[in-house]
Amino acid sequence: MNPTSYEPASGYNFAYLDEQTKRMIRRAILKAIAIPGYQVPFASREMPMPYGWGTGGVQVTAAILGPQDVLKVIDQGSDDTTNAVSIRNFFRKTAGVAVTTRTADASIIQTRHRIPETQLSAGQVLVYQVPIPEPLRFLEPRETETRKLHALGEYGLMYVKLYEDIARNGHIATTYAYPVEVAGRYVMDPSPIPKFDNPRMHDMAALQLFGAGREKRIYAVPPHTSVRSLDFTDHPFTPQVFTEPCALCAARGVYLDEVILDDRGQRMFVCSDTDFCEERRASGHRGHLLGEAPAALSGQPAQQEAC
Amino acid sequence: MSGLHDQDEVPLLAVRGLAKYYGARRGCANVSFDLHQGEVLAIVGESGSGKSTLLNLIAAELEPDAGSVAYRLRSGETRDLFGMGEAERRLLFRTDWGFVRQDAAQGLRMGVSAGGNVGERLMMTGARCYGDIRATAGDWLERVEIDPRRIDDGPRQFSGGMRQRLQIARNLVTRPRLVLMDEPTSGLDVSVQARLLDLIRNLVAELGLAVIIVTHDLAVARLLSHRMMVMKGGAVIEEGLTDRVLDDPQHPYSQLLVSSVLAA
Ligand SMILES: Nc1ncnc2c1ncn2[C@@H]1O[C@H](COP(=O)(O)OP(=O)(O)OP(=O)(O)O)[C@@H](O)[C@H]1O
Ligand SMILES: [Mg+2]
Repeated sequence: MNPTSYEPASGYNFAYLDEQTKRMIRRAILKAIAIPGYQVPFASREMPMPYGWGTGGVQVTAAILGPQDVLKVIDQGSDDTTNAVSIRNFFRKTAGVAVTTRTADASIIQTRHRIPETQLSAGQVLVYQVPIPEPLRFLEPRETETRKLHALGEYGLMYVKLYEDIARNGHIATTYAYPVEVAGRYVMDPSPIPKFDNPRMHDMAALQLFGAGREKRIYAVPPHTSVRSLDFTDHPFTPQVFTEPCALCAARGVYLDEVILDDRGQRMFVCSDTDFCEERRASGHRGHLLGEAPAALSGQPAQQEAC
Repeated sequence: MSGLHDQDEVPLLAVRGLAKYYGARRGCANVSFDLHQGEVLAIVGESGSGKSTLLNLIAAELEPDAGSVAYRLRSGETRDLFGMGEAERRLLFRTDWGFVRQDAAQGLRMGVSAGGNVGERLMMTGARCYGDIRATAGDWLERVEIDPRRIDDGPRQFSGGMRQRLQIARNLVTRPRLVLMDEPTSGLDVSVQARLLDLIRNLVAELGLAVIIVTHDLAVARLLSHRMMVMKGGAVIEEGLTDRVLDDPQHPYSQLLVSSVLAA
C-alpha cells in the first residue's frame, strides 16, 4: 500500500482530541523525552474504543500527528489485524492523514507487540501501545512504593523477578515485556514486544514513545539512547534465535511466528512482520514453502500463533 | 548473660528524647537509651504501652515529634538517622540493619520462593551472579535450620516457625550489625518458640549482633537479653540489666508485671 491521503471527516477536531488535550499530552511527552524511561503521569482521555485497543498509543499518536504525517499501524507485526485496521481507519477519518503499510514510508508507526524488521531512521517515531507500564508491579503492587523505588533507583526487585524465573524454569523464561534499563538509570517495561526486539531498542535512530491509556502513563526513549536488558552474569540476556528462515520469504535473523497448517501437526515459520515479508517476496525472495502455503497465508496472513 | 562491651566505646545506637504522638494520644515520649555492639535489649510492657511505636521510630518508619536516633556506621562515623537522606538510610537499613516482624507476611515476600526472599538483599546491593546468590541463600537456609532442598518453596508452604526463621535468614544475609525484632515468637506454639529462641540466641552470639527485641513475654526477655526496658503508657518506667529487673524490680508497675507472670 502506498501513502494515500483522505479527506478528514467533518465534526471532529483534527485527530479527534481537542487542542488543549493534545497540548497536555505533548507536555507529558516532552517531559518523558527529557527523562528517558521515566513514567510521566498524564490525564488520559476516554477514547471511542476500549482500553485493550491501545488508547494510550492512540492518544500519543493523536497528540503528535500533523497533516503531513504518514501513519503505519501494526499489531503483532501485521498491518491487517482488526486492531491495526481500526486504528488506522480512525486516524484516516479524524485526521485525514496518509496511511501506509511500508515501514520506510511512515513518519509515525503505532505498534502493539513488535518493532518493524526494517531498521527505523532518524525522524521516524515509533509509538508503542502499553497495557501495564510498571515493571515492578509484579512484586510490589503499592504505587507509592514503586514510585519511591524508581526515584531511588532501587531495582533489586527486578532481579528477584528474574531470579524466580531461573529458579522455576532453569533459565530466564520471560520472553516478552522483558525489562530494560534506559540510559543507565530508569528500569522500563518495553511493552509486550518479544525480547527478540529488545536489542533493537538500543541506540535506535527513531524516537520511541510509549502510551498506557488505562494506567495514564507516558514514557519515552529518545533517539540513540542506551537500552540494556537486565540479566545475571551467569544467565546473560539472550534474544530468541530461529534456526530456520521464513518459509515464505527465506529471511533469516527476523522474528518468526509459528503457523499451524493442519490438524496433523503440520506447521511452518513465517515472518511476523507481514509487510517486510511481502516486500521481500515482491523483490524476488522465495521461501521453501512459498508454493505450498495456503493462499490465505502467502496472500494475506491471518490467524497467527505467537512463539 | 552480660553485655561484653567496653563502657568507653561509642555506642552503636544512641536514642535521645524520642517522642511520638498520634493526635493527642501519646505513642511514646521521652525515651532515651544507648545500645552497644553485640548487646541485646528487650523492651517489655503491656499492650498499648508504646513498644511498637518506639521500634518503628528507631526504624524510621514513623516520624518522631521529638528526639534523635544516632547510629555509628561501619566507617566509625556516627550519624543522625533522621538527618540522613532517604536513599542513604534505606541502603543502611538493607545492609547493616534487619527487622524481623511479628507478622511474617509483613516481613517476607509471600509470593517469592525462599531462595528469592533470602537473595533479595544481595540483589538489592548489586549481586548479579545467580549461582552465587543461590548458593548463599542455600547456606543461610541451612543456618536457620530450613532444609536447603526447600529453597524453591514459597513461604506459604512453610509453617509459622519456618517463616520466622526464613525472615531471620533474609535479614542476616547481608551480615547486619543491628536487628530489630517485634514479637518474633508470639503466636507460635511453645516448642516451636523454644527452638526459635535457641536459634536467635546462637546467631546473636555467633555474629555479635546488637538486637532490640520487643516482647510481652518476660521469659523471652530473660533468655535473650542483656538489658531490658519496661514501658507503660508510652514512657520507660524502669531500665537495667535483665536479671536485676526481673529479680529485683524497683518500680511498682514492674513488680506487678513480674509477679503476675510468676503467678501465671
Ligand atoms: N496508627 C496509630 N494511630 C493512632 N494511635 C496509635 C497508632 N498506633 C499506635 N497507637 C496508640 O499508641 C499507643 C502505643 O501503641 P503501640 O502499638 O506502640 O503499643 P505496643 O506496646 O506495641 O502494643 P502491643 O503489645 O499491643 O503491640 C497505644 O495507645 C495505641 O493505641
Ligand atoms: Mg506492638
